[in-house]
Amino acid sequence: MSICNFTASFKDMRRVYFGADNVITSLGFTTAENAEQVLKGRTGIALTTDERLCPGPLAFSGIKDDLLDEKVREFIGKSHCTSSFTRLEKIFILSILNALTGNPIDPANPRTIFIFSTTKGNIDLLEIYRRKFFEPDRVHLWRMAEVITQFFGSPNKPFIISNACISGSVAIMAASRLITSGRYDQAIVTGGDILSEFIVSGFQSFQALSPVACSPFDAHRTGLSLGEGCGTVILTADANIAVHHRAVEYLGGATTNDANHISGPSRDGEGLTLAISAAMKEAGVSSEEIDFISAHGTATPFNDEMESLALDRAGLSPVPVNSFKGYIGHTLGAAGIIETILSAFSIRNNILFKSAGYTKNGVSRPLNIITDNRYQPVRRVLKTASGFGGCNAAIVIGN
Amino acid sequence: MLITQYCLIKPPEIRLNGSVIFDHPTSEPPEFLKSAYRNLKINYPKFFKMDALCKLAFLSAEVLLKNQEITHRYDAQEIGIILQNSSSSLETDEKHQESINDRQNYFPSPSVFVYTLPNVMVGEIAIKHRIKGENAVLICKMPDARQLYEYVYDHFLQNRFKCCITGRVESYHNKTSVSLMLVEKEETATSLVKPKKMCIFDLSNFERIFNKAI
Repeated sequence: MSICNFTASFKDMRRVYFGADNVITSLGFTTAENAEQVLKGRTGIALTTDERLCPGPLAFSGIKDDLLDEKVREFIGKSHCTSSFTRLEKIFILSILNALTGNPIDPANPRTIFIFSTTKGNIDLLEIYRRKFFEPDRVHLWRMAEVITQFFGSPNKPFIISNACISGSVAIMAASRLITSGRYDQAIVTGGDILSEFIVSGFQSFQALSPVACSPFDAHRTGLSLGEGCGTVILTADANIAVHHRAVEYLGGATTNDANHISGPSRDGEGLTLAISAAMKEAGVSSEEIDFISAHGTATPFNDEMESLALDRAGLSPVPVNSFKGYIGHTLGAAGIIETILSAFSIRNNILFKSAGYTKNGVSRPLNIITDNRYQPVRRVLKTASGFGGCNAAIVIGN
Repeated sequence: MLITQYCLIKPPEIRLNGSVIFDHPTSEPPEFLKSAYRNLKINYPKFFKMDALCKLAFLSAEVLLKNQEITHRYDAQEIGIILQNSSSSLETDEKHQESINDRQNYFPSPSVFVYTLPNVMVGEIAIKHRIKGENAVLICKMPDARQLYEYVYDHFLQNRFKCCITGRVESYHNKTSVSLMLVEKEETATSLVKPKKMCIFDLSNFERIFNKAI
């Protein structure tokens, strides 16, 4: 392809629409099930003792194995139940299968690209007693992605994004750019992470975990809750494939780096502010036009404080904001995708979801935290995320 | 767009724009990295806290960006860092796993755990050079010049950055290699003094340099 032709096709600026989607968390195996539980105010975070994860009790949002096995038998088949796929691969496959159900996207089409987002993939295979069940290279992210794309018959090499807790947002942005530029017509964007002793012990060593369900932006917040999950969304250039009577479009996005610290958020929120303004600029949307913000809101003291500063600097403190983490925990590489899917649900259904666990302002720049579910027009949504390595991401979607 | 600089590391050598600037008799990665750091007269004590992957990425960026003054020529958020590798942070992942394998001898450490993410190498480069633009790590089984090229190219075209540090940084046990390039928009790149080393940022040039370190 010559550069000239390519530039010309880019100027047409193909639009990118949100097609069918799926969310799997402790709250359910479909987007609708998850949204329904969130509307009821149910949290999937529970104090449980799971020897696999750590010796003592831990407040986390976990996918129940018996439910998972039941779904695997129903949708993937009995023979695959225990042997062929790792636990995370099963969740990915279920999520993608559900997102593909009843729509004309062909995963084996060369114009369809798979984009994966994960922080740690099959890292649980490093555990001594699990190693013997799978070949050693299965712990590699590329191998996990390969196994899944082979299941779906994709002829393309998958894109794999591993960019800490903004991975899911980066995957959505990458998909949108690949469609806008005309390289592919549709993308199956899927992000997942499960909990393992590896992840739990690491977060514990940072003393970042809350002993109870996390309470983002609250004065008495005590740290984050981890969650397992997978989100899959089909992005497409074809407006007809975009599901629902209210098509949701990807409007703009950006990532930035704080250039400040590898494991702590910046103190002034500058990096996130830069990402937000770049994303809004690309979307052609002003701060007054944002109806809702799905914040990162991990409920650590520093993250929430930094986010309040950034939103305030971007002129967004009056905008209704929530964090989904109080319902499903921090789902790491899945978070950006799951929370963007739930934001698209907000737009399609004109509903603002309450932020779980919030009672009293606990950040220095007060935000307009959503304290009750309410129905009101939602046209434009900003999704933010930040992660280790100093990275920040912002996405604007709308209809 | 132009490729204005490139750095290749394949122990025992480090090359800048094709010329060997460091050559070490032993090619064992830890020793190699330490001696390159000393030899290149870098003074950045945080280097010694990094894991091998970050040390490698950091060193190659030091070589690549020396005297380039990119942060004078661009705003911090106009510079991107897009890297690719195969093994993610697996070597450090294994180290963290070892610290928790035995519940009687359990010593997970935040200073190890923080390096169990591949994009921390991007963070380390960003901190040192005050770079704040687009950043991502793509994971790919085999070195894939085309995937990376297209990703970076699309970002340039969609005005996400004016300058990008991009390439492959691989470090897993004895597997150590880097091919890192500085890619810039023509109008800003040509303000540099020595244009002879530059070449057009197209797939064939990118692929040629990218594959040199493999």
